[in-house]
Amino acid sequence: MKTCLVVDDSRVIRMVARKILEELDFSVCEAADGQKAVDSCQENMPDAVLLDWNMPIMSGIDFLRALRKMDGGDAPVVVFCTTENDINHIREAIATGANEYIMKPFDSEIIQSKFSQVGLL
Amino acid sequence: MTPENYRHICDLVKRESGLVLSEDKGYLLESRLMPVARKWQLADLDAVAAALRKDQNGGMTRDVVDAMTTNESFFFRDNKPFDQFRDVVLPKLLELSAGKRQIRIWSAACSNGQEPYSLAMILKEAGAKLAGWKIDIIATDLSREVLARAKSGLYSQFEVQRGLPVTLLVKYFKQEGERWQIDASIRSMVQFKEFNLLQPPRGFGVFDVVFCRNVLIYFEAQMKAQILGNVADVLAPHGVLYLGGAETVIGVSDRFAPMPNNRGVYELNRQPVKAVAVG
Ligand SMILES: C[S@@+](CC[C@H](N)C(=O)[O-])C[C@H]1O[C@@H](n2cnc3c(N)ncnc32)[C@H](O)[C@@H]1O
Repeated sequence: MKTCLVVDDSRVIRMVARKILEELDFSVCEAADGQKAVDSCQENMPDAVLLDWNMPIMSGIDFLRALRKMDGGDAPVVVFCTTENDINHIREAIATGANEYIMKPFDSEIIQSKFSQVGLL
Repeated sequence: MTPENYRHICDLVKRESGLVLSEDKGYLLESRLMPVARKWQLADLDAVAAALRKDQNGGMTRDVVDAMTTNESFFFRDNKPFDQFRDVVLPKLLELSAGKRQIRIWSAACSNGQEPYSLAMILKEAGAKLAGWKIDIIATDLSREVLARAKSGLYSQFEVQRGLPVTLLVKYFKQEGERWQIDASIRSMVQFKEFNLLQPPRGFGVFDVVFCRNVLIYFEAQMKAQILGNVADVLAPHGVLYLGGAETVIGVSDRFAPMPNNRGVYELNRQPVKAVAVG
């Protein structure tokens, strides 16, 4: 079973994402900010990360920079999932090593479509 | 709505577009045609049916048929056919047509344009290999409404997230308020034209590739056979046809045969050479 780390400061969003991902047969972990996500990856490198941008303590983009420098941090497929929906944010995300980008609001069809594009499904 | 009026509208839609509506589609008719009724300031569908009987210049008929079409489409729909086109068919065409340096593609029920634009982006991405080549992408549909949208190249945030890789989004789209517009360099690669598949395709020339996806499902068997025959007539001998995931030529038309190991892709049926018994 593939693992996906859901990083978002909203509990509701984490819950919705967890439900969708579990239906797609992922085993899901959660983190409420970038720092907690770094900790989680140090313990257990996931196959995929669904990543919010704006979060307290450490943002999604800072997490991504940290992740890509970690041992084995190249491996996870990172899909941003954020209300930041302007082209400059998207460009920055790609340049920093994100594999895909979801603009909120999202639904299960978008997650499914994006995850299959990056070869997770 | 009276049963006679229901039948009248269904018959008209079928005659004009091939679309078959079964007996139990009253709710569909209602939800799709009430906006048409309002546009023509009619109270209900009985009034629409009555007006259709007297529709001299066909304006309302056109609106009704247009409203009954299902236009859902995605960029790179189902992925596989587009990957297959890029990785198998396109390289073959590059070899085969190296002399005349021309590729001609028909998107035969193009809806809002995602299908022809997906193909255009694939060709754009092929870059230098196609430098100096003439690319024709003809995209047709029955519905004027979808053609107008397709030409505008404007898509909602939802639409650009279904099937379109984000790298292509940033490369070929511009944000226009809430919407995203595909670049003029891609738009100019596609020629949109109004065309009804019930008619023989005249004046379009010969094609190397035809995408006719997710439209035959709405038609009766005999109509499917006729349309496939028309497509076969405008396909080059080496040409390929792409159908939708729920569509096939098998048991429908003997003009095509499945391309081995490539699901949803079809080639012209080579007339089987009769074996000559010797001795
Ligand atoms: C579901 S869409 C398919 C779009 C695209 N080919 C795809 O696979 O995503 C079907 C399209 O067929 C068009 N259509 C229906 N009947 C037609 C006809 N008789 N001639 C031409 N187009 C027709 C509709 O207007 C609609 O845009």
